[in-house]
Amino acid sequence: MLTSLIEMLNYGFILRAFIAGIIITLCAALIGSSLVLRRQSMIGDGLSHVAFGSVAIATVLGFAPLEFSIPIVIIAAIIILNLSQNSKINGDAAIAVLSASALAIGTFLISINQGVNIDVNSYLFGSILAINEHDLILCLVLGIIIIFVFLIFRRQIFAITFDESFARAIGVKVDLYNAILAILCSLVVVIGMRMLGALLISSLIIFPCLSALYLSKNFRQNTIIATIISVFCFIVGLTFSYILNTPTGATIVIANLIALILCRIYHVIQK
Amino acid sequence: MISLQINNLTLKYGRHYVFKNLSFALDEGDFLCIVGPNGSGKTTLLKCILGEVKPTSGSIKIGINSQNERIGYLPQNTNYNPNFPASVYEVVSSGALNQTRLFMPLPKKKITQSLKKLHIENLSQKRFSTLSGGQRQRALLARALVASEDLLILDEPSNNLDYSSKEYFYHTLKELNQNITIVMVTHDLDHRNLIGNKILSLDPNFPFFGNTAEYVRRVHAH
Repeated sequence: MLTSLIEMLNYGFILRAFIAGIIITLCAALIGSSLVLRRQSMIGDGLSHVAFGSVAIATVLGFAPLEFSIPIVIIAAIIILNLSQNSKINGDAAIAVLSASALAIGTFLISINQGVNIDVNSYLFGSILAINEHDLILCLVLGIIIIFVFLIFRRQIFAITFDESFARAIGVKVDLYNAILAILCSLVVVIGMRMLGALLISSLIIFPCLSALYLSKNFRQNTIIATIISVFCFIVGLTFSYILNTPTGATIVIANLIALILCRIYHVIQK
Repeated sequence: MISLQINNLTLKYGRHYVFKNLSFALDEGDFLCIVGPNGSGKTTLLKCILGEVKPTSGSIKIGINSQNERIGYLPQNTNYNPNFPASVYEVVSSGALNQTRLFMPLPKKKITQSLKKLHIENLSQKRFSTLSGGQRQRALLARALVASEDLLILDEPSNNLDYSSKEYFYHTLKELNQNITIVMVTHDLDHRNLIGNKILSLDPNFPFFGNTAEYVRRVHAH
Protein backbone atom coordinates (compact mmCIF):
# COMPACT_ATOMS: atom_id res chain seq x y z
CA MET A 1 0.00 0.00 0.00
CA LEU A 2 2.88 2.36 0.87
CA THR A 3 4.52 1.69 -2.52
CA SER A 4 1.24 2.50 -4.28
CA LEU A 5 0.89 5.67 -2.20
CA ILE A 6 4.39 6.87 -3.12
CA GLU A 7 3.86 5.89 -6.76
CA MET A 8 0.57 7.72 -7.14
CA LEU A 9 1.93 10.91 -5.52
CA ASN A 10 4.26 11.24 -8.52
CA TYR A 11 1.21 12.31 -10.50
CA GLY A 12 0.59 16.04 -10.15
CA PHE A 13 -3.20 15.80 -10.05
CA ILE A 14 -3.11 13.12 -7.33
CA LEU A 15 -0.63 15.14 -5.29
CA ARG A 16 -3.02 18.12 -5.47
CA ALA A 17 -5.93 15.91 -4.46
CA PHE A 18 -3.84 14.44 -1.63
CA ILE A 19 -3.02 17.86 -0.12
CA ALA A 20 -6.54 19.20 -0.63
CA GLY A 21 -8.05 15.99 0.75
CA ILE A 22 -6.03 16.14 3.97
CA ILE A 23 -7.19 19.72 4.57
CA ILE A 24 -10.83 18.92 3.71
CA THR A 25 -11.00 15.81 5.89
CA LEU A 26 -9.31 17.59 8.79
CA CYS A 27 -11.75 20.53 8.62
CA ALA A 28 -14.78 18.26 8.16
CA ALA A 29 -13.90 16.25 11.28
CA LEU A 30 -13.35 19.41 13.36
CA ILE A 31 -16.76 20.84 12.47
CA GLY A 32 -18.43 17.43 12.50
CA SER A 33 -17.75 16.83 16.20
CA SER A 34 -19.91 19.77 17.14
CA LEU A 35 -22.64 19.20 14.53
CA VAL A 36 -23.08 15.50 15.33
CA LEU A 37 -23.21 16.14 19.08
CA ARG A 38 -25.78 18.91 18.58
CA ARG A 39 -27.84 16.42 16.56
CA GLN A 40 -27.46 18.61 13.49
CA SER A 41 -25.66 16.05 11.34
CA MET A 42 -27.99 16.56 8.40
CA ILE A 43 -27.13 20.26 8.07
CA GLY A 44 -24.05 19.20 6.05
CA ASP A 45 -26.20 17.06 3.78
CA GLY A 46 -28.67 19.90 3.24
CA LEU A 47 -25.93 22.41 2.52
CA SER A 48 -24.24 20.08 0.03
CA HIS A 49 -27.47 19.96 -1.99
CA VAL A 50 -27.64 23.74 -1.86
CA ALA A 51 -24.03 23.82 -3.04
CA PHE A 52 -24.95 21.56 -5.96
CA GLY A 53 -27.82 23.87 -6.92
CA SER A 54 -25.57 26.92 -6.78
CA VAL A 55 -22.87 25.18 -8.87
CA ALA A 56 -25.53 24.47 -11.51
CA ILE A 57 -26.57 28.13 -11.51
CA ALA A 58 -22.93 29.27 -11.68
CA THR A 59 -22.20 26.89 -14.57
CA VAL A 60 -25.23 28.10 -16.52
CA LEU A 61 -24.38 31.75 -15.87
CA GLY A 62 -20.68 31.22 -16.62
CA PHE A 63 -19.35 32.10 -13.14
CA ALA A 64 -16.60 30.29 -11.22
CA PRO A 65 -18.59 27.51 -9.45
CA LEU A 66 -16.78 27.37 -6.10
CA GLU A 67 -16.49 31.13 -5.54
CA PHE A 68 -20.14 31.56 -6.56
CA SER A 69 -21.24 28.80 -4.18
CA ILE A 70 -19.51 30.13 -1.05
CA PRO A 71 -21.87 33.09 -0.34
CA ILE A 72 -24.94 31.11 -1.47
CA VAL A 73 -24.20 28.20 0.87
CA ILE A 74 -23.38 30.55 3.76
CA ILE A 75 -26.72 32.34 3.28
CA ALA A 76 -28.48 28.95 3.13
CA ALA A 77 -26.81 27.89 6.39
CA ILE A 78 -27.98 31.06 8.13
CA ILE A 79 -31.51 30.60 6.72
CA ILE A 80 -31.58 27.02 8.07
CA LEU A 81 -30.46 28.28 11.47
CA ASN A 82 -33.10 31.02 11.56
CA LEU A 83 -35.88 28.76 10.31
CA SER A 84 -35.08 26.14 12.94
CA GLN A 85 -34.74 28.64 15.80
CA ASN A 86 -37.27 31.35 15.10
CA SER A 87 -40.13 29.74 13.26
CA LYS A 88 -42.60 26.91 13.54
CA ILE A 89 -40.54 24.78 11.16
CA ASN A 90 -38.28 22.20 12.86
CA GLY A 91 -34.58 22.12 12.00
CA ASP A 92 -34.79 18.88 10.01
CA ALA A 93 -37.84 20.14 8.07
CA ALA A 94 -36.01 23.41 7.29
CA ILE A 95 -33.02 21.42 5.95
CA ALA A 96 -35.32 19.19 3.87
CA VAL A 97 -37.15 22.19 2.36
CA LEU A 98 -33.95 23.99 1.42
CA SER A 99 -31.99 20.98 0.16
CA ALA A 100 -34.85 19.57 -1.95
CA SER A 101 -35.52 23.01 -3.44
CA ALA A 102 -31.84 23.56 -4.28
CA LEU A 103 -31.50 20.09 -5.81
CA ALA A 104 -34.65 20.65 -7.88
CA ILE A 105 -33.45 24.06 -9.10
CA GLY A 106 -30.04 22.57 -9.99
CA THR A 107 -31.52 19.64 -11.90
CA PHE A 108 -34.03 21.92 -13.65
CA LEU A 109 -31.33 24.32 -14.82
CA ILE A 110 -29.14 21.48 -16.08
CA SER A 111 -31.99 19.95 -18.05
CA ILE A 112 -32.89 23.20 -19.83
CA ASN A 113 -29.24 24.01 -20.56
CA GLN A 114 -27.85 21.02 -22.49
CA GLY A 115 -24.08 20.66 -22.56
CA VAL A 116 -23.24 21.49 -18.96
CA ASN A 117 -24.05 18.02 -17.58
CA ILE A 118 -20.54 16.61 -17.47
CA ASP A 119 -19.01 19.30 -15.26
CA VAL A 120 -21.99 19.39 -12.93
CA ASN A 121 -21.89 15.61 -12.59
CA SER A 122 -18.35 15.88 -11.26
CA TYR A 123 -19.71 18.15 -8.49
CA LEU A 124 -22.50 15.70 -7.74
CA PHE A 125 -20.31 12.60 -7.44
CA GLY A 126 -16.87 14.18 -6.96
CA SER A 127 -13.76 13.76 -9.03
CA ILE A 128 -10.11 13.49 -8.13
CA LEU A 129 -9.26 14.83 -11.58
CA ALA A 130 -11.25 17.98 -10.90
CA ILE A 131 -8.83 19.56 -8.39
CA ASN A 132 -6.77 22.09 -10.32
CA GLU A 133 -4.16 24.45 -8.86
CA HIS A 134 -6.75 27.19 -8.38
CA ASP A 135 -9.01 24.83 -6.40
CA LEU A 136 -6.05 23.72 -4.31
CA ILE A 137 -5.16 27.30 -3.36
CA LEU A 138 -8.80 28.07 -2.50
CA CYS A 139 -8.89 24.89 -0.43
CA LEU A 140 -5.68 25.82 1.41
CA VAL A 141 -6.84 29.35 2.20
CA LEU A 142 -10.33 28.34 3.35
CA GLY A 143 -8.96 25.31 5.23
CA ILE A 144 -6.52 27.46 7.21
CA ILE A 145 -9.34 29.92 8.02
CA ILE A 146 -11.61 27.08 9.21
CA ILE A 147 -8.93 25.50 11.43
CA PHE A 148 -7.85 28.88 12.84
CA VAL A 149 -11.42 30.03 13.63
CA PHE A 150 -12.28 26.66 15.20
CA LEU A 151 -9.20 26.73 17.43
CA ILE A 152 -9.89 30.32 18.57
CA PHE A 153 -13.53 29.62 19.46
CA ARG A 154 -13.18 25.98 20.57
CA ARG A 155 -14.28 26.70 24.16
CA GLN A 156 -17.34 28.67 23.05
CA ILE A 157 -18.18 25.96 20.50
CA PHE A 158 -17.95 23.34 23.26
CA ALA A 159 -20.18 25.43 25.54
CA ILE A 160 -22.95 25.93 22.96
CA THR A 161 -22.68 22.30 21.88
CA PHE A 162 -22.99 20.90 25.40
CA ASP A 163 -25.55 23.26 26.93
CA GLU A 164 -26.84 26.18 24.91
CA SER A 165 -29.18 27.52 27.61
CA PHE A 166 -26.39 27.74 30.18
CA ALA A 167 -24.05 29.38 27.69
CA ARG A 168 -26.71 31.96 26.85
CA ALA A 169 -27.43 32.60 30.54
CA ILE A 170 -23.81 33.42 31.40
CA GLY A 171 -23.52 35.82 28.48
CA VAL A 172 -21.95 33.73 25.71
CA LYS A 173 -23.13 35.11 22.36
CA VAL A 174 -24.84 31.88 21.35
CA ASP A 175 -26.40 33.21 18.14
CA LEU A 176 -23.03 34.52 16.96
CA TYR A 177 -21.25 31.20 17.58
CA ASN A 178 -24.12 29.27 15.98
CA ALA A 179 -23.68 31.46 12.90
CA ILE A 180 -19.89 30.94 12.95
CA LEU A 181 -20.38 27.17 13.14
CA ALA A 182 -22.89 27.27 10.25
CA ILE A 183 -20.47 29.36 8.15
CA LEU A 184 -17.58 26.98 8.87
CA CYS A 185 -19.80 24.05 7.87
CA SER A 186 -20.71 25.86 4.63
CA LEU A 187 -17.05 26.39 3.78
CA VAL A 188 -16.23 22.71 4.45
CA VAL A 189 -19.08 21.64 2.17
CA VAL A 190 -17.96 23.95 -0.64
CA ILE A 191 -14.29 22.95 -0.57
CA GLY A 192 -15.09 19.26 -0.10
CA MET A 193 -17.73 19.02 -2.79
CA ARG A 194 -15.15 19.14 -5.63
CA MET A 195 -13.47 15.92 -4.53
CA LEU A 196 -16.16 13.98 -2.65
CA GLY A 197 -19.21 15.24 -4.50
CA ALA A 198 -22.34 16.88 -3.12
CA LEU A 199 -23.87 13.50 -2.34
CA LEU A 200 -21.00 12.20 -0.22
CA ILE A 201 -19.37 15.23 1.45
CA SER A 202 -21.70 15.14 4.47
CA SER A 203 -20.41 11.66 5.32
CA LEU A 204 -16.97 13.18 6.00
CA ILE A 205 -18.59 15.47 8.56
CA ILE A 206 -20.53 12.69 10.28
CA PHE A 207 -18.55 9.40 10.14
CA PRO A 208 -15.25 10.37 11.85
CA CYS A 209 -17.04 11.93 14.82
CA LEU A 210 -19.27 8.88 15.24
CA SER A 211 -16.21 6.61 15.16
CA ALA A 212 -14.38 8.81 17.67
CA LEU A 213 -17.37 8.72 20.05
CA TYR A 214 -16.56 5.06 20.73
CA LEU A 215 -12.97 5.84 21.69
CA SER A 216 -13.01 9.16 23.53
CA LYS A 217 -13.64 10.26 27.09
CA ASN A 218 -13.88 13.99 26.49
CA PHE A 219 -14.64 16.56 23.81
CA ARG A 220 -11.01 17.48 23.17
CA GLN A 221 -10.06 13.83 22.73
CA ASN A 222 -13.10 13.28 20.51
CA THR A 223 -12.11 16.12 18.20
CA ILE A 224 -8.48 14.96 17.96
CA ILE A 225 -9.38 11.29 17.38
CA ALA A 226 -12.02 12.27 14.78
CA THR A 227 -9.46 14.28 12.79
CA ILE A 228 -6.90 11.44 12.93
CA ILE A 229 -9.51 8.87 11.77
CA SER A 230 -10.73 11.24 9.08
CA VAL A 231 -7.28 11.93 7.60
CA PHE A 232 -6.25 8.25 7.90
CA CYS A 233 -9.42 7.05 6.12
CA PHE A 234 -8.87 9.61 3.39
CA ILE A 235 -5.32 8.38 2.72
CA VAL A 236 -6.45 4.72 2.78
CA GLY A 237 -9.48 5.50 0.57
CA LEU A 238 -7.44 7.50 -1.94
CA THR A 239 -4.78 4.79 -2.17
CA PHE A 240 -7.31 1.99 -2.64
CA SER A 241 -9.21 4.00 -5.24
CA TYR A 242 -5.90 4.29 -7.14
CA ILE A 243 -5.09 0.58 -6.79
CA LEU A 244 -8.61 -0.69 -7.54
CA ASN A 245 -9.51 2.08 -10.01
CA THR A 246 -12.71 2.89 -8.09
CA PRO A 247 -14.42 6.29 -7.54
CA THR A 248 -12.38 8.23 -4.97
CA GLY A 249 -15.30 9.73 -3.00
CA ALA A 250 -17.08 6.41 -2.61
CA THR A 251 -13.88 4.58 -1.62
CA ILE A 252 -13.09 7.18 1.07
CA VAL A 253 -16.61 6.89 2.48
CA ILE A 254 -16.30 3.07 2.52
CA ALA A 255 -13.00 3.43 4.42
CA ASN A 256 -14.83 5.63 6.94
CA LEU A 257 -17.64 3.09 7.20
CA ILE A 258 -15.15 0.28 7.93
CA ALA A 259 -13.47 2.49 10.57
CA LEU A 260 -16.85 3.13 12.18
CA ILE A 261 -17.64 -0.60 12.31
CA LEU A 262 -14.18 -1.40 13.76
CA CYS A 263 -14.55 1.32 16.43
CA ARG A 264 -17.96 -0.05 17.34
CA ILE A 265 -16.55 -3.59 17.64
CA TYR A 266 -13.69 -2.28 19.81
CA HIS A 267 -16.21 -0.44 22.02
CA VAL A 268 -18.35 -3.59 22.46
CA ILE A 269 -15.27 -5.70 23.30
CA GLN A 270 -14.07 -3.08 25.82
CA LYS A 271 -17.44 -3.14 27.58
CA MET B 1 -25.70 44.74 51.22
CA ILE B 2 -28.50 44.17 48.72
CA SER B 3 -27.65 41.34 46.34
CA LEU B 4 -30.76 41.29 44.14
CA GLN B 5 -33.48 43.91 43.95
CA ILE B 6 -36.62 43.64 41.85
CA ASN B 7 -38.88 46.70 41.61
CA ASN B 8 -42.43 46.68 40.21
CA LEU B 9 -41.60 43.97 37.70
CA THR B 10 -44.43 43.35 35.25
CA LEU B 11 -44.50 40.92 32.35
CA LYS B 12 -47.50 40.45 30.13
CA TYR B 13 -48.16 38.68 26.87
CA GLY B 14 -51.16 40.33 25.19
CA ARG B 15 -53.74 40.71 27.93
CA HIS B 16 -52.29 37.94 30.08
CA TYR B 17 -50.11 39.02 33.01
CA VAL B 18 -47.37 36.52 33.90
CA PHE B 19 -46.66 38.70 36.95
CA LYS B 20 -47.67 42.22 37.88
CA ASN B 21 -45.79 44.79 40.00
CA LEU B 22 -43.59 42.18 41.59
CA SER B 23 -41.12 43.64 44.09
CA PHE B 24 -38.66 42.07 46.49
CA ALA B 25 -35.05 42.40 47.60
CA LEU B 26 -32.46 39.88 48.73
CA ASP B 27 -29.47 40.62 50.94
CA GLU B 28 -26.10 38.96 50.55
CA GLY B 29 -26.26 35.38 51.79
CA ASP B 30 -30.04 35.09 51.42
CA PHE B 31 -31.47 31.84 50.08
CA LEU B 32 -34.76 32.38 48.27
CA CYS B 33 -37.06 29.50 47.26
CA ILE B 34 -39.55 30.43 44.54
CA VAL B 35 -42.68 28.29 44.66
CA GLY B 36 -45.96 28.22 42.77
CA PRO B 37 -48.06 26.01 40.52
CA ASN B 38 -47.17 25.17 36.92
CA GLY B 39 -47.47 28.20 34.66
CA SER B 40 -47.24 30.72 37.52
CA GLY B 41 -44.10 32.25 35.98
CA LYS B 42 -41.32 30.80 38.16
CA THR B 43 -38.94 29.94 35.32
CA THR B 44 -39.93 33.10 33.43
CA LEU B 45 -38.94 35.18 36.45
CA LEU B 46 -35.53 33.50 36.43
CA LYS B 47 -35.22 34.24 32.73
CA CYS B 48 -35.96 37.91 33.46
CA ILE B 49 -33.21 37.94 36.12
CA LEU B 50 -30.83 36.26 33.65
CA GLY B 51 -31.71 38.86 31.00
CA GLU B 52 -33.14 36.29 28.59
CA VAL B 53 -36.70 37.70 28.80
CA LYS B 54 -37.30 41.44 28.74
CA PRO B 55 -39.97 42.51 31.25
CA THR B 56 -42.81 44.81 30.15
CA SER B 57 -41.91 47.25 32.94
CA GLY B 58 -39.99 47.44 36.19
CA SER B 59 -36.32 46.99 37.01
CA ILE B 60 -33.90 44.28 38.13
CA LYS B 61 -30.74 45.25 39.96
CA ILE B 62 -28.06 42.68 40.66
CA GLY B 63 -25.25 43.55 43.07
CA ILE B 64 -24.09 47.12 42.74
CA ASN B 65 -24.54 47.19 38.98
CA SER B 66 -27.70 46.26 37.13
CA GLN B 67 -28.12 43.08 35.03
CA ASN B 68 -24.46 42.81 34.04
CA GLU B 69 -23.17 41.36 37.28
CA ARG B 70 -22.03 37.77 36.87
CA ILE B 71 -24.60 35.08 37.63
CA GLY B 72 -24.13 31.33 38.09
CA TYR B 73 -26.98 29.31 36.59
CA LEU B 74 -28.16 25.74 36.87
CA PRO B 75 -30.79 25.18 34.15
CA GLN B 76 -33.91 23.10 34.56
CA ASN B 77 -33.34 21.03 31.45
CA THR B 78 -31.19 18.00 32.25
CA ASN B 79 -31.84 16.34 28.92
CA TYR B 80 -28.17 16.04 27.94
CA ASN B 81 -27.07 13.89 25.03
CA PRO B 82 -26.15 10.59 26.75
CA ASN B 83 -23.37 9.99 24.20
CA PHE B 84 -21.75 13.39 24.67
CA PRO B 85 -18.03 12.86 25.27
CA ALA B 86 -17.46 15.64 27.81
CA SER B 87 -15.34 15.22 30.92
CA VAL B 88 -16.54 16.70 34.20
CA TYR B 89 -13.58 19.11 34.05
CA GLU B 90 -14.60 20.35 30.59
CA VAL B 91 -18.19 20.88 31.75
CA VAL B 92 -17.17 22.74 34.91
CA SER B 93 -14.58 24.87 33.11
CA SER B 94 -17.22 26.05 30.59
CA GLY B 95 -18.59 28.17 33.46
CA ALA B 96 -15.53 30.39 33.14
CA LEU B 97 -16.48 31.64 29.68
CA ASN B 98 -18.07 34.79 31.11
CA GLN B 99 -14.72 35.89 32.55
CA THR B 100 -12.11 34.65 30.06
CA ARG B 101 -11.38 36.52 26.88
CA LEU B 102 -10.07 34.94 23.70
CA PHE B 103 -6.52 33.57 24.06
CA MET B 104 -6.72 33.88 27.87
CA PRO B 105 -5.98 30.71 29.85
CA LEU B 106 -8.76 29.14 31.93
CA PRO B 107 -8.85 30.06 35.65
CA LYS B 108 -7.64 26.59 36.69
CA LYS B 109 -7.39 27.45 40.38
CA LYS B 110 -11.00 28.58 40.50
CA ILE B 111 -12.18 25.48 38.62
CA THR B 112 -10.27 23.19 40.99
CA GLN B 113 -11.70 25.04 44.02
CA SER B 114 -15.25 24.61 42.70
CA LEU B 115 -14.66 20.90 42.14
CA LYS B 116 -13.35 20.62 45.72
CA LYS B 117 -16.27 22.58 47.20
CA LEU B 118 -18.72 20.20 45.54
CA HIS B 119 -16.60 17.15 46.57
CA ILE B 120 -16.18 15.94 42.99
CA GLU B 121 -12.48 16.59 42.37
CA ASN B 122 -11.97 12.79 42.06
CA LEU B 123 -14.52 12.74 39.21
CA SER B 124 -12.95 15.53 37.14
CA GLN B 125 -11.61 13.27 34.37
CA LYS B 126 -14.71 11.07 34.26
CA ARG B 127 -17.15 11.27 31.36
CA PHE B 128 -20.08 13.46 32.43
CA SER B 129 -22.64 11.08 30.93
CA THR B 130 -21.45 8.21 33.14
CA LEU B 131 -22.20 10.08 36.40
CA SER B 132 -25.21 9.39 38.61
CA GLY B 133 -28.03 11.98 38.75
CA GLY B 134 -26.75 13.45 42.01
CA GLN B 135 -23.15 13.63 40.78
CA ARG B 136 -24.30 15.34 37.58
CA GLN B 137 -26.19 18.00 39.51
CA ARG B 138 -23.12 18.65 41.66
CA ALA B 139 -20.96 18.96 38.53
CA LEU B 140 -23.45 21.45 37.04
CA LEU B 141 -23.52 23.33 40.34
CA ALA B 142 -19.71 23.48 40.26
CA ARG B 143 -19.99 24.96 36.75
CA ALA B 144 -22.45 27.58 38.05
CA LEU B 145 -20.05 28.34 40.90
CA VAL B 146 -17.19 28.92 38.44
CA ALA B 147 -19.45 31.39 36.59
CA SER B 148 -20.25 33.36 39.77
CA GLU B 149 -19.42 33.27 43.44
CA ASP B 150 -21.99 35.98 44.25
CA LEU B 151 -25.39 34.88 42.96
CA LEU B 152 -26.57 31.39 41.98
CA ILE B 153 -29.83 30.86 40.09
CA LEU B 154 -31.11 27.28 40.26
CA ASP B 155 -34.12 26.09 38.28
CA GLU B 156 -35.68 23.03 39.92
CA PRO B 157 -32.30 21.42 40.62
CA SER B 158 -33.68 18.50 42.64
CA ASN B 159 -35.87 17.19 39.80
CA ASN B 160 -35.15 13.55 38.99
CA LEU B 161 -33.01 13.06 42.10
CA ASP B 162 -33.73 10.21 44.48
CA TYR B 163 -34.30 10.93 48.18
CA SER B 164 -30.71 10.50 49.38
CA SER B 165 -29.21 12.42 46.42
CA LYS B 166 -31.68 15.23 47.07
CA GLU B 167 -30.76 15.35 50.76
CA TYR B 168 -27.05 15.47 49.92
CA PHE B 169 -27.61 18.13 47.24
CA TYR B 170 -29.59 20.35 49.62
CA HIS B 171 -26.90 19.89 52.27
CA THR B 172 -24.29 21.06 49.74
CA LEU B 173 -26.45 24.09 48.88
CA LYS B 174 -26.66 25.03 52.57
CA GLU B 175 -22.86 24.83 52.79
CA LEU B 176 -22.45 27.11 49.77
CA ASN B 177 -25.08 29.53 51.03
CA GLN B 178 -22.78 30.69 53.82
CA ASN B 179 -21.12 33.06 51.32
CA ILE B 180 -23.38 33.10 48.26
CA THR B 181 -26.88 34.38 47.56
CA ILE B 182 -29.05 31.63 46.08
CA VAL B 183 -32.34 31.86 44.20
CA MET B 184 -33.96 28.46 43.63
CA VAL B 185 -37.18 27.54 41.87
CA THR B 186 -38.64 24.44 43.42
CA HIS B 187 -41.67 22.22 43.02
CA ASP B 188 -40.78 20.49 46.23
CA LEU B 189 -43.34 21.83 48.71
CA ASP B 190 -42.33 19.45 51.49
CA HIS B 191 -41.67 21.96 54.26
CA ARG B 192 -38.52 20.12 55.35
CA ASN B 193 -37.11 20.84 51.87
CA LEU B 194 -37.91 24.55 51.84
CA ILE B 195 -34.32 25.08 52.85
CA GLY B 196 -34.10 28.78 52.04
CA ASN B 197 -34.49 31.53 54.63
CA LYS B 198 -36.95 33.34 52.32
CA ILE B 199 -39.88 32.28 50.15
CA LEU B 200 -41.51 33.89 47.14
CA SER B 201 -44.85 32.32 46.26
CA LEU B 202 -46.14 33.10 42.76
CA ASP B 203 -49.37 31.21 43.44
CA PRO B 204 -52.11 33.72 42.41
CA ASN B 205 -54.31 32.37 45.21
CA PHE B 206 -51.59 32.61 47.82
CA PRO B 207 -49.07 35.34 46.97
CA PHE B 208 -46.27 35.69 49.51
CA PHE B 209 -42.79 37.06 50.04
CA GLY B 210 -41.12 36.78 53.41
CA ASN B 211 -39.26 34.39 55.66
CA THR B 212 -39.79 30.67 55.45
CA ALA B 213 -41.10 30.16 59.00
CA GLU B 214 -43.81 32.76 58.41
CA TYR B 215 -44.76 31.11 55.09
CA VAL B 216 -45.09 27.69 56.72
CA ARG B 217 -47.22 29.18 59.53
CA ARG B 218 -49.55 30.86 57.02
CA VAL B 219 -49.83 27.74 54.86
CA HIS B 220 -50.93 25.76 57.94
CA ALA B 221 -53.40 28.51 58.88
CA HIS B 222 -54.69 28.59 55.29
